[in-house]
Amino acid sequence: MSSSNWQAQVFAALKAAGVTQVGYVPDAGHAQLIEAAHADADMQAVVLTTEEEGIALAAGAWLGGQRAVLLMQSSGVGNCINMLSLPVNCRMPFFALVTMRGEWAEFNPWQVPMGAATQAVLTAAGVHVRRAEHADDVADIVAASAALAFDSAVPVAVLLSQRLIGAKVFAR
Amino acid sequence: MNNDGTLDRRDVAATLLREPDDLLVVCGLGAPSYDAAAAGDRPLNFYLWGAMGGAAMVGLGLALAQPRRRVLVLTGDGEMLMGLGSLATIAAVGPRNLGIAVLDNARFGETGSQRSHTALTTDLAAVAAACGWRATATARSMAEVEVLRTRLRQEPLFAVIRIAPEEKPRHLPPRDGGYLADRFRRRLGVAGSE
Repeated sequence: MSSSNWQAQVFAALKAAGVTQVGYVPDAGHAQLIEAAHADADMQAVVLTTEEEGIALAAGAWLGGQRAVLLMQSSGVGNCINMLSLPVNCRMPFFALVTMRGEWAEFNPWQVPMGAATQAVLTAAGVHVRRAEHADDVADIVAASAALAFDSAVPVAVLLSQRLIGAKVFAR
Repeated sequence: MNNDGTLDRRDVAATLLREPDDLLVVCGLGAPSYDAAAAGDRPLNFYLWGAMGGAAMVGLGLALAQPRRRVLVLTGDGEMLMGLGSLATIAAVGPRNLGIAVLDNARFGETGSQRSHTALTTDLAAVAAACGWRATATARSMAEVEVLRTRLRQEPLFAVIRIAPEEKPRHLPPRDGGYLADRFRRRLGVAGSE
């Protein structure tokens, strides 16, 4: 299965889950999803200055009867910690797709500390964490995780492994 | 720079929230929430007791979800300063139904009234304008607040209201977030529909 296929399937899974607001801090691993969200007339894609804005955006969407997703990379998880008290306290869904850095053939050492801490930090903040490693089951994991978030009204993050995404190649 | 305002914050909130009809109100943590509760608690007020810096973005998500309703974010200068980036994010989206009113006492009132950046060098209305908000205003009199009450229900507007640094007796709204979210959604008619 080609890499573009699984990304299209993830977008289809978000559509099927009824997601209409897409907050994002850009990451190369999310580029196709971001483009698809902007191109979809039934979706509102919102570029954020920092990741925690997306948690507040999702809370407002839920108050107004819509569903949101936050797209970010692992370095942004650290920016989110206090804002996660919002969905946890308010018993609201929260759904995030996190592209991982710092774990697989990483060239940039500045990505390693947050990448190594991502899962533990999310868990400590009350977020249920799932992890997708393979192209052939990432869409299923996203669909099931979205159902968990929205049907059980809990915070859920899916980590998309750096091996799945493909390590960023720097010119040397 | 002396930015101390003179307006009574409870009078300002009571004016902005007078006859709220179906206005959707998001309140930033601290005194602005107490002011809104003192003006009259209602299910369509959503009070943040934390999530500092998030009030404006909650307002954006709500405004996008409910494009036919008016949304008002009522917050303080300290809360707005923590979410300055959201002024850029909201301006880039440009929702027609979202207004922000900042009760600016140039203080972090909840923690001992330490001076905030608006007491020092920062003009929040100018920040919003530079982020792309086409309509901004600063009010220093109740007559100007009365005008803002109307404008905030008609147009996308970022308004700063200079209030006195005086602390008021706390008027605490409910603080169970699950309760606040649930009653809001039920009154809006979206519980179970999403």
